[in-house]
Amino acid sequence: MATTVTGTKTIKKGKSPVGGPRFPGGNGGGSRGRNGHNGDMSHFESSANRYRIGMWVALAAILMMFTALTSAYIVRAASSNDWRPIAMPQILLLSTALIVASSGTLELARRKLKEAFEVSFNRWLLMTTALGVAFVGSQLLAWRQLVRQGVYVGSNPHSSFFYLLTATHGVHLLGGLIALTYLRLRTRRTERDGQALAKRHAVADAVTLYWHFMDGLWIYLFLLLFFWR
Amino acid sequence: MSGETHEAVHRHPAPTGFIRKYIFSLDHKVIGIQYIMLALVAVLVGMTMSVLMRMNLSWPGTNWPILGTLFPGGAPDGMMTPEFYLSLVTMHGTIMVFFVLTTAPQGGFGNYFLPIQIGAEDMAFPVLNMLSFWVTLVGFIVILAAIFFSGADSTVGPIGGWTGYAPLSALPNAGPGQGMGMNLWIISIAIFCVGSLLGALNFITTLLNMRTRGMSLMRMPLTCWAWFTTAVLALLSFPVLLGGGILLLLDRLAGTSFFIPGGLYLSGILSGTDERFPLHTGGSPILWQHLFWFFGHPEVYIAILPGMGATSHILSTFARKPVFGYRAMVFAIFAIGLLGFFVWGHHMFISGMSPYSAMTFSILTLSIGVPSAVKTFNWLGTLWGARIRFTTAMLFAIGFVSLFVAGGITGLVLGQTSLDLPMHDTYFVTAHFHLVMGVASIFGMFAATYFWFPKMFGRLMNESLGKFHFWITFIGVYCIFVPMHTMGIVGMPRRFAQFTEYEYLKTLHPLVVFVSIAAIATVLAQIVFYFNLLWSIFKGKRAGENPWDATTLEWTTASPPPHDNFAGHLPVVYRGPYEFAVPGAANDFVMQTEPEVILQAVGSGREGTSGNGHDGHRH
Repeated sequence: MATTVTGTKTIKKGKSPVGGPRFPGGNGGGSRGRNGHNGDMSHFESSANRYRIGMWVALAAILMMFTALTSAYIVRAASSNDWRPIAMPQILLLSTALIVASSGTLELARRKLKEAFEVSFNRWLLMTTALGVAFVGSQLLAWRQLVRQGVYVGSNPHSSFFYLLTATHGVHLLGGLIALTYLRLRTRRTERDGQALAKRHAVADAVTLYWHFMDGLWIYLFLLLFFWR
Repeated sequence: MSGETHEAVHRHPAPTGFIRKYIFSLDHKVIGIQYIMLALVAVLVGMTMSVLMRMNLSWPGTNWPILGTLFPGGAPDGMMTPEFYLSLVTMHGTIMVFFVLTTAPQGGFGNYFLPIQIGAEDMAFPVLNMLSFWVTLVGFIVILAAIFFSGADSTVGPIGGWTGYAPLSALPNAGPGQGMGMNLWIISIAIFCVGSLLGALNFITTLLNMRTRGMSLMRMPLTCWAWFTTAVLALLSFPVLLGGGILLLLDRLAGTSFFIPGGLYLSGILSGTDERFPLHTGGSPILWQHLFWFFGHPEVYIAILPGMGATSHILSTFARKPVFGYRAMVFAIFAIGLLGFFVWGHHMFISGMSPYSAMTFSILTLSIGVPSAVKTFNWLGTLWGARIRFTTAMLFAIGFVSLFVAGGITGLVLGQTSLDLPMHDTYFVTAHFHLVMGVASIFGMFAATYFWFPKMFGRLMNESLGKFHFWITFIGVYCIFVPMHTMGIVGMPRRFAQFTEYEYLKTLHPLVVFVSIAAIATVLAQIVFYFNLLWSIFKGKRAGENPWDATTLEWTTASPPPHDNFAGHLPVVYRGPYEFAVPGAANDFVMQTEPEVILQAVGSGREGTSGNGHDGHRH
């Protein structure tokens, strides 16, 4: 009876050895279907996937940072009796509306890109960028309102956390605006080969994911800062 | 290798300009070497500081004229002040942990060999990879700046230790070096966090997305598993330190009170009664400890996991046997990484916590002993009955196992609250973490250096010098750290500049001197290593593609590998990473790229018994 030797393990024919398929799959477990698949769309797709994977990984790191700051927030709020919550600047409601709307427009842009409607893609993308800039402006106005009331970073622990969390979120959002600009300028349809297209779709997915995350993160921070307890 | 001759050739040409090729390179191999060079420079700084500390401990009151000339404030008349000593402690720890133990194993060897071992042309994001190195280098320059600009010429940096406990670290006027020195320290760590995160992001994406055909997860070398797990740990722990660092910096610069409690006195001034010490209330110093150690404990595994990977790889290669229990090894790496996130409290038993939390942390800490033992026994199983080739790399890998056991076993002692409370601030802890986290990791890196040097530079390192280096270092580190356990049990406290005033420690003085002499001898032996490294680059014996008869993908390409690693042909993988001594095979090793062969009834129907598909005992 014929048996297959893979490594030191001798197995019966037809049974898959431990540790992987018997013959290398086309584009499976060991994933980069490079060999012998040049020009194949599935290869471009799998290669461009790095942008999607990379974004999920980056979001895990960002999530950990805000988790750390949240636990600091909760511990600090509970550890002393000097916790005096500041009044919510009303303009934050506008900020929230702006960023939620921008998430929607970016999602539309992404879908238009997938359907190859270049013009409406650009329009929605521009709209998103404008809404993003407006959000940052609205946050800055909120800071100015507080400064006018004499509430500064060091005034009390809650204001410290307010400035810290909005600033950290704002810096990440500025990164998002840079990513939107990158998506608009650097992945134009000038080179319309499969590779560039796959990359463009993947970058659009990654940027959209990031933006939605920033949207959700802001809603979370908003609730934490003004509605927790 | 076979199986790829029909593939289309599509080479990526290497950059030709010097700056793009060697300085701002996008090539993961060049970046890996840059990381290793950074670590080789940083370790010299850290090592010099440790020798200065030992000199002050064993020969207190001696006049060292050079020291007096270099640091007139920190060592007036050539005699070190306690503050100067404390700043040495801080900078030694910080530079060693961040810029040596985190950069060389992961950023250095991981960068160089992870893409080659999974059959990729480069990292997933080469530009991010370059940025991660340059950001890290900026972090190193900032920490070096702390030596010279610590705001008081009496120290070489802050005096807070590598843990930077608040409120000492949060108050700029709390002591010499706590002003600008501490600012620079925090900024350096924050920059380092960003660099490490970029690196971790790249490692994870590369491993998930860039594996070549046939390289399924369970066919990856254990080194790749270790680098991957390390990257996950870095990804999840560094953001926490970064967050904590921002809070600490705000406490110092923006007048917040995250970590500074109320009612503090500083040089006789009550907080808030004088403009030199503005009002702070309600902060929690323990909060900083939680944030720091939530990062700090995974950091220990960030330092040692790559060493474990390299050790498994090298033991298998030179034992000419498959790794015993490959699957168990993979799960043990994961278990260690996972448990590493739930044990940070054992660094804080002495800071005070509820006995119930202490017990939880204690039980979780002790349970890390299980995957650690799995790894240790599997290493022994790999060596069992093998005809071992005692190369220098192999000696250092065996040394790693020895040090990991010797240093790890005292972790079981310190993991118990009742034993930790009396011993925590003594030399026992110093001995424990130096053996297991410091020296063991460094041994892993020495093994990796001797093992992969021929691949990186095309020449072998000198074996005689290597073995000399090994024996002096191996005996030396045991002579340094075993006596420290005794000192700790007697009750010698950590971080004291000298012990001349303590009657009960006088009898230990000969031991202190012995440790210092051993330390100086060990440091001198490293000159041999540096010499061997430099000499072998130019004069070493030429190495072929595969000088060690190893099986993994890096040995299928030229030494050093071309710019795109495999000269346009990406390899195809047909089998696991450690197929040594395969029954019926022509050689005692089968490369991963060797296509499957059908043989007639070799022991038909016999299944492997070691649970991992490899049965190394049947030859």
